[in-house]
Order: sequence, then structure tokens, then C-alpha cells
Amino acid sequence: MRSLIRRRRPDPAQDPAPSRVAYRLTRLWLSPFIRRLVTIVIPAALVLGGLTAYATQPQQIETMTRWSEEIRASVEARPEFQIRQMAVTGASPVLADAIRDRVGLDFPVSWFQIDPAVLHKQVAALDAVAQVKVSVELGGALRISVTEREPAVIWRRSFGLEMLDATGHRIGFIDHRDGRSDLPLVTGEGANAAIPEALALIAAADPIGLRLRALTRRGERRWDMVLDRGQVLQLPEKAPVRALERTLALQAAMDLLDRDVAVVDMRNPGRLTVRMGGDAVEYLRLTRSFGQGLVRQ
Amino acid sequence: MMELFETQRAMRQMRKAAMQRGVVAILDIGTYKATCFVLRFDGAEVTPTEGVGSMAGQAQFRVIGAATTRARGMRHGEIEAMQEAERAVRTVVQAAQKMARIRVDHAIVCFSGANPRSYGLTGEIDVAGQEVNEGDVAAVLSSCDTPDIGAHRTVLHAQPVNFALDYRSGLSDPRGQTGNTLTTDLHMLAVDRAVVQNILHCIKRCDLELAGLASSAYVSGISALVEDEQKIGSACIDLGAGTTGVSIFLRSHMIYADTVRAGGAHVTQDISQGLGIPLDLAERIKTLHGGLTATGRDDRDMIPLTGETGDWEHDRREISRSDLIGIMRPRMEEILEDVRDRLDVAGFEQLPSQKVVLTGGGSQIPGLAALATRILGQQVRLGRPMRVQGVPQAAAGPAFSAAVGLSLFAAHPQDECWDFDLATHSYPSRSLRRAVRWFRENW
Repeated sequence: MRSLIRRRRPDPAQDPAPSRVAYRLTRLWLSPFIRRLVTIVIPAALVLGGLTAYATQPQQIETMTRWSEEIRASVEARPEFQIRQMAVTGASPVLADAIRDRVGLDFPVSWFQIDPAVLHKQVAALDAVAQVKVSVELGGALRISVTEREPAVIWRRSFGLEMLDATGHRIGFIDHRDGRSDLPLVTGEGANAAIPEALALIAAADPIGLRLRALTRRGERRWDMVLDRGQVLQLPEKAPVRALERTLALQAAMDLLDRDVAVVDMRNPGRLTVRMGGDAVEYLRLTRSFGQGLVRQ
Repeated sequence: MMELFETQRAMRQMRKAAMQRGVVAILDIGTYKATCFVLRFDGAEVTPTEGVGSMAGQAQFRVIGAATTRARGMRHGEIEAMQEAERAVRTVVQAAQKMARIRVDHAIVCFSGANPRSYGLTGEIDVAGQEVNEGDVAAVLSSCDTPDIGAHRTVLHAQPVNFALDYRSGLSDPRGQTGNTLTTDLHMLAVDRAVVQNILHCIKRCDLELAGLASSAYVSGISALVEDEQKIGSACIDLGAGTTGVSIFLRSHMIYADTVRAGGAHVTQDISQGLGIPLDLAERIKTLHGGLTATGRDDRDMIPLTGETGDWEHDRREISRSDLIGIMRPRMEEILEDVRDRLDVAGFEQLPSQKVVLTGGGSQIPGLAALATRILGQQVRLGRPMRVQGVPQAAAGPAFSAAVGLSLFAAHPQDECWDFDLATHSYPSRSLRRAVRWFRENW
């Protein structure tokens, strides 16, 4: 029977053939480049772009920052990461106090807030510290092992007294010498630059050690050795120890230093010069006059 | 002869491009159905074992997409309505692309119509006792005298099928052999130019590039004949809907091809006219109940002819199966007689073996083998296409032997005349060599 429903045109679903546009679109869709573009590149770009646009709003940035800070603080505050005490080893009580002052940590402190490198720098900046080892242990202790500098000489300057170690590095200021009267005294500008030489001279001057008062740096280039009675041994710039030994040999042979000699000038090693004291000059002149019969009695 | 092949050379270039892309569509545009396979070439080049080397390149392939649809706008294997044929091609290509999930840009097409006609050509050159090289093969191929195929015809296949060096014939590859006279036999298949141009146009309208053309009679022979049959000589009868293709193979080469412009569609038409039923119903009862040999039981086997005309008597008719056979058998006999005539013209009796292989959709009619044995000789068998990797089961029947054969053809093309460098520039070197030889002999 003929269909009673009037149809304007035949049902397009009966034709299985794709239209030219549909065919071309299918082919376009099947080409790998377009397919990858549509399925991967464009969605990824959209998602990334959307996320970026959302995340770059100031409000979101603030929220995110606060959130991350809260997380960070909560982790830092955990007892596993707390450091409760600091142990300073190898330092005298005075130095240990100085180190504690310098580090200035308010315990308990979080493990994350301690930078061992910074601590190391801070402690090493102290004059009295030769070497330092900082170790932060997760158990809750901060360990600072210190090697102190050994004082070797006292350097008198115009404004005070300094203790120096064997290399010339300053250890600290002292108020008066009485505390460390065992240490030799050096004076003069630039003395700290030649402390090893000074120590060698002091060691070599052992035979007259009781008479030694100080070493004075002259013009930042050579040493004068000052003995009691105001005697001065002027030492050369080069090989001062040999010059000193020669003087000591003269002392041993001729008791040079026991005589009334004001200055022994060894600056020119080839020519030893002696400046006599005033009494000795008078006595010499008198003796010579006697010899010439010039003295009236 | 060279200008004839320009289109074919262009197609070979397209095929090379398709090989590089790795994907090519196989289109069998028949009268009743259009089939599309999408092939993916994924193997290394296979070295040929025999024959004049592979000039077009060979490869392994896999069918990754297959689709078939009812062809429209086709008659006798030729495009009758361009729009309709284009729609059919679009449908089938789109479905195959969807299955393969890849886009194809190159198509290799076979069709059955266009009045193919075979020509046997011979060419001969003097190689003067030298070793035959590739240039000599090209020269002997170009020395074949082109017959007058007519202005409206074009060459579809031109394959060297035999080489002879002096008295030794049957060489598949003369290169490297020594002799004086090199002779070749060339099989040339000419078809109507307009049909080919229609198909070119149709493929172009579907945004595809044509990478090859083949006759479906030839390609169904490739897939339906086993290797031995191709070697010792056999005929492949492709019983299509609109045409019946005939191709004769000898020594692995097609030596003759022809079509009978009648096929299964005509059987359907006879049933439709004889019983007064629509073509769809006729096709249906032909497929379900058809046969060619009547037995006593067929008289009692009644087939209902349901219709929707509104006439109760007309819509409730019944016929016996022997009636149906009585309609189908004369038409099939007529087609097979025509095929017999074509085989006789081709000199099929002179072949060493007269094997006949029936394939194509029409070969599925029960009793066809017995009928064909009476008409075509004793050695008749029904052929199904060779198994190809990836072809779905639904597309493995004899109706798809042309499509499968075209896939094989796409992967392992026979060397055609245009694969050789037919340029005349090989002549000067030859004449120079001859001059040198003349000097050497006379001085």
C-alpha cells in the first residue's frame, strides 16, 4: 500500500554515501596531523591556558602563597625537626659565651631555619677561633666544634695590648700585661706581619732571655731587640737570627752586652757598630787623656 | 609507442609515492559492488626470484581496512552515471578508511569493462654476440611494432611475456646471456579510452590520486589461480555481475584477456522479467535458491514470491526451484558458451594444460562446476582468492578475488613496458660499439 504520509523528498538516511563535505571532513579527521592537533595539542593548550589565566589572578596568587606558607610552617614546626640545644666543644668558657652570643639562636629552633654554612661563617669570624666544624643533627642538637688559637705574643700598640697567635693573627685585646706575663712583648707598627720571625728571634735569644724586654718593629721591615738597661740590638732586615747569634757569640767571648753599650748595630752584617753609653765615653776619654798626660789632678 | 605510456608512467610515480607513504587504497569498481581495501606496506622490499627484475619495486603488505558497498551508476563494468559511481566510491573509501583509522591518498583501481582486447606483439633486435643488458631489453621492447589500436583506445597493460635469444625461447630474463638476436613477445591489452578517463575523473573527484590501473580479469587471475596453474597454462573465468572476465595465463604471465559483456546481473534480470518480480527479490531468490542442475526434488521445493503490489493473488505466488533453474540455466549456458568462444579465439586448446578456474560472485551458483565442465572442458574447478593477511572473512569469498588480486598486483606488480627505459639514447652507444667492433675485425 502506498504510504499515506506525504514526504517531500526521499529519506536522506537511505543513501549511505557521505556527502562531499562529510567525506572531506572525515579524511581531514583521519590525517594524523589534524587528529593529533585536535585530540592532543588543542585540549592541552586550552587546559594550560585556562590554568594559567586562573592562577595569575592576584587573589589566587595570594591564596596559593598563604597556603604554601601554612604547609611550610606546619612542617617546620613538627617536633622531629626541632633543634633544642647547642653544644660548643673545644672552646674556653669565655669563647663559648662569645660564640653563643654571636650565633644568637633562640632555642628551640626549626631544623629548616638553620644554615650550617652561615653558622660556620659567623663562628669563623671570631678572632680567637682557628677552626670550626658545625654539624646539625636531626636528633635535636646543634654541635659546634671549635679549635682555639694559641696566644704566642703580646703586641703593644698605641691604644692597647693585643694578643697574637704564632701566625700573627689577633686573638683578642687585653687590658694589662700581668695576666699573661709569660708571653713576650712586641711593639712597632706592622709587627703582626712578622710574628714567626719574632718568635724565631726570641727562641734564639735564649742565653740572654732574662734580659730581654721586647722586640720592636722598625719601619715595618726589621727588628730591634730591646734588653734591660736600655740596651738595643739593631738587627738587619735579612737573616736577623744569624746576626743575633753573632752578637751572642760576642757576648759569650767578650761579655759585650754586660758592658756599658747603648746600641749594638748589626744592621750591616759586615760591620758591627757599637754605640757606647755616656759613662763609658767619659771613661774612655779620661783613660786616653791619662795616657797622653793631659789630665790635671 | 612512448607517448602512449605517459599516463602509465605518471601512475608508476604515484605508486612509488604511495609506497613511501606506506598506505594505498585498492578499489575494485564492479558492476554490482565496489570494494575497497586499505593496504599498509610494512615489509622490506622483497627481492624477486625470477622474471625480468622488478622495476616497480615490491613489498609486503597487510590489509588494514576493508569495505564493500553496492555499486551504483555502473553498467557492464563501466561508469554510466558519474555522480552515482562517485558516491559509491566515496562510501566505500570512507568506510575502509574508518576501519583502517588512517587516511589514504592513493588508489589503485581495477575495472572489468571497456572492451579489453589483447594484442600479441613481437620485437627483435640484433645484439651482435654481446651480453644482453637492460638497455637491450628496453630496446627490444621499444622495437615492437605498435598495432593500430584505434584512436579511442588506450593501452592498459603491456607486459613482456617471453624473451628468445636466437633459437632459445621461453627465457624469463635474458639479461647476462649472450646471443645474436633478441626477440620478445609482448602482450598488450587495449581498452576504451573514454572509460579509463571516466574512472580517472571519478577517482579525482573523490580526492584520491590514481596510482595504478588494472583489468579485473587479469587481477582475479592473479589471486584465483595457484602458481602451478599460472605456469602450465590455465584460464580464469571471473563471473562478475555485469561482465565475465576471461584471462589466460601461461608461464606466470597473462597472455590473453577478454570480457564477455554478460554476467550475474543478467541472470537476475531474467528472473525478474520471467517471474514479474522486482530486481531485489529476484536477486534474493537467485542467491538463496538459485541453481543450475535440476533434480526431482527441486520440483517440490517451492519458493514464495512475496510482493507488496497490493494484488493478493500476485503477491502470494509460488514457483518451484526447478522453474528458477529453468530460467537461470540458459543464461549461464549462454555466458559460458561466449566464454568458450573467446577461449577458442585465443587458442586455448593449444596450451599444454586446459585448466579452467571459475571465480567471481557468479561462481557461487550451485551446480556451476558441472555445467562448466560440459561447456569448457573437463578440468574445471571453482577458485577462491588466495589468502591475504588481514582480509576479513566476509571479504574472502570468490566475489572478492579481483580485489584480493589487485592487492597482490599492487604489492608485486608485473613489469610493464613502461617500467623500462625505452629512450632511444641507448642507440648511439650500441652503434658506437658496432663501429668499434667493425674496426677491430677489419684492421
